[in-house]
Amino acid sequence: MLRLAGVSHAYDGRTVLRDVTLDLAEHRIGVIGANGSGKSTLARTLNGLVLPDTGRVSLGEWDTRRHAKQVRRRVGFVFSDAANQIIMPTVAEDVEIGLRSLRLGREETARRVDEVLERYGLSDHRDHPGHLLSGGQKQLLALASVLVTGPEILVCDEPTTLLDLRNTRMVHRTLAGLDQRVVLFTHDLDLLPDFDRVLVMAEGRVAFDGAPDDAVSFYTKLMDQADGA
Amino acid sequence: MSAIGLYVAGTGPLHRVSAGPKLLGLLVVGVALVAAADPWVSLGALVASLLAYPLVGLHPRRALGVLRALWPFLLAIGAFQALFGAWEEGLRLCAQLASLVLLANAVTLTTRVREMLDLFERLARPLRHVGVNPDRVALVLALTVRSIPMVASAWRAAREGYRARGLSGRPHLLVVPVIVQLLRMADATGEALVARGIDEDTRVRVD
Repeated sequence: MLRLAGVSHAYDGRTVLRDVTLDLAEHRIGVIGANGSGKSTLARTLNGLVLPDTGRVSLGEWDTRRHAKQVRRRVGFVFSDAANQIIMPTVAEDVEIGLRSLRLGREETARRVDEVLERYGLSDHRDHPGHLLSGGQKQLLALASVLVTGPEILVCDEPTTLLDLRNTRMVHRTLAGLDQRVVLFTHDLDLLPDFDRVLVMAEGRVAFDGAPDDAVSFYTKLMDQADGA
Repeated sequence: MSAIGLYVAGTGPLHRVSAGPKLLGLLVVGVALVAAADPWVSLGALVASLLAYPLVGLHPRRALGVLRALWPFLLAIGAFQALFGAWEEGLRLCAQLASLVLLANAVTLTTRVREMLDLFERLARPLRHVGVNPDRVALVLALTVRSIPMVASAWRAAREGYRARGLSGRPHLLVVPVIVQLLRMADATGEALVARGIDEDTRVRVD
């Protein structure tokens, strides 16, 4: 289970996370909130991309400060701009490079790459340059590149922000079909109804924690109040 | 799309040769051309390089794309040599450069980056003893290849933004926005490397 205990963080003196304490155990967890509410920083603390100034983020016996490598192997991360996540020139090579550190051997590596490309409909593009794929395919490639390493939890930081409706639905279907636990940070409220739990972030704190419908109506009221202020 | 190619799937004779012999062949041709120092030999090598493309299953337009990207440099070198040296020398240098870039491009087009990485990793292995990490050498090379389209896209985006505001000329004004974009991309790529556990030794952000 991912656990945050008293997590606070500031950038250049501006506090973006304030004493966040959470246990994240559900299969599908959504996180919503306005721009600047601390969502992206919270997402980045979950696999150790950002180390909190105070408090602790841990996965079972490992914490992100002392066991970053172990945590990252179990907590995959997908960014909003998939283009930045593509490291290698071609699709198959990009999926493959994530497996290098696992030292699986040539045959097992090739088997896993073939399997994941097939599963996400990218087999026909295996030798194509990743940066020339469509937006939706790039996001699928980003997902495939992370999932091929077999993480237990997938953290997605606004993965549909740059996508059109069709590609958003495609990514949504892909996330819905995963066996892995998913923590989805999003502005797209339509993605949330079938989630187990939704958190609302506001001013660096968890302002609401509950069922999707209640969380969305809380968030909507919060935004209405902000507009009226 | 960059004029410098990336791997193109195929079954031609060069596709079937592994990375090591291809790079060794390129080295041998390069050394031989420099050692021969003859304009007609260099011109012959250029013609042979052009003819090699269809022979190894690569479309001739890929060769022409390379020459299109190179011609300003070839023109500058040729003109400089013609003015301040001998025209034969200009011809030799231009033909040498063009034929070697064409051959290097053919190697890139027919070799998967993964194969190149494996080769460079093996070649860099002895350097472990002086503190060089072969994995990191291979990764740097992969990122270098990957960065070519990134630079092109940053340049394209900056130019479009410039034109959209009704501006024209003074291309030097694009340099700063391109550099800013590239720094952002580099930052994001670094973050992605860490997130994907590819460069395990990299420090995490503590800002």
